[in-house]
Amino acid sequence: MPTTRRQFLSLAGSATVAGTIPIVTLRPLEATPAMLTAAIRNVVGEAQIRTGKVKLDIPPLVENGNTVPMTVSVASPMTANDYVKSIHVFNEKNPQPNIGNFHLNPSSGRAQVSTRIRLADTQKVVAIARLSDDTFWQVATEIVVTLAACTEEMN
Amino acid sequence: MAALINVPAKAKRGDIIEIRTLTSHIMETGFRHTADGQLVPRDIITSFTCRYNGTEVFRADLFPAIAANPYLSFFTIAKESGKFEFEWIGDNGYSSTASASITVE
Repeated sequence: MPTTRRQFLSLAGSATVAGTIPIVTLRPLEATPAMLTAAIRNVVGEAQIRTGKVKLDIPPLVENGNTVPMTVSVASPMTANDYVKSIHVFNEKNPQPNIGNFHLNPSSGRAQVSTRIRLADTQKVVAIARLSDDTFWQVATEIVVTLAACTEEMN
Repeated sequence: MAALINVPAKAKRGDIIEIRTLTSHIMETGFRHTADGQLVPRDIITSFTCRYNGTEVFRADLFPAIAANPYLSFFTIAKESGKFEFEWIGDNGYSSTASASITVE
């Protein structure tokens, strides 16, 4: 069948469109660096992570990334049958994705931990709680950092 | 090494008490360079444990993303009078301990 120039061009055009669209849509809307995902999978394994129960208290705007106060709390009765086993905190853009792992038990009474962390850039911080029934719950918060930590020169 | 420990001196049996600890440590990340381009080797505290009359009640794994002079606050139930023992372990054989007593009525 003889192909006219017009037909050829429209075919080539649709092929290009069909070829490019999947590449674009394969990219996730919010790029989560592979290191963060790997670090989370390292702790969680293949288990499903649900959103909720965990509360992450960090100032949304941080002037100095060298010391950022952070409090993680989990809604849990903390009884012998229903308690928080551990809390894991991760970041997205520091040189290393881990921030800290905190191991609790029923005698903790309250599932809440505070510390001070470093943030190298404006980024997302993720807190994941592992409950006694081995379910995982998470919360993610976006934090704007004006002065970065970690990578500056030593004086 | 200098450590600041805040444990209530007295508590009622069954009270949930807050324990706050602060220890002095540089927490060198291992990602910083000197002005002449040398990488500063990592020197951090990697582990913190709190024991209440010998039983572990709280443990933390720390990473370079924890700020210098690590501050940690957590909770526990006051069960009996006795002693809280705190231990920090880190790079280059770093080890530091502290303790605090509590009276439970």
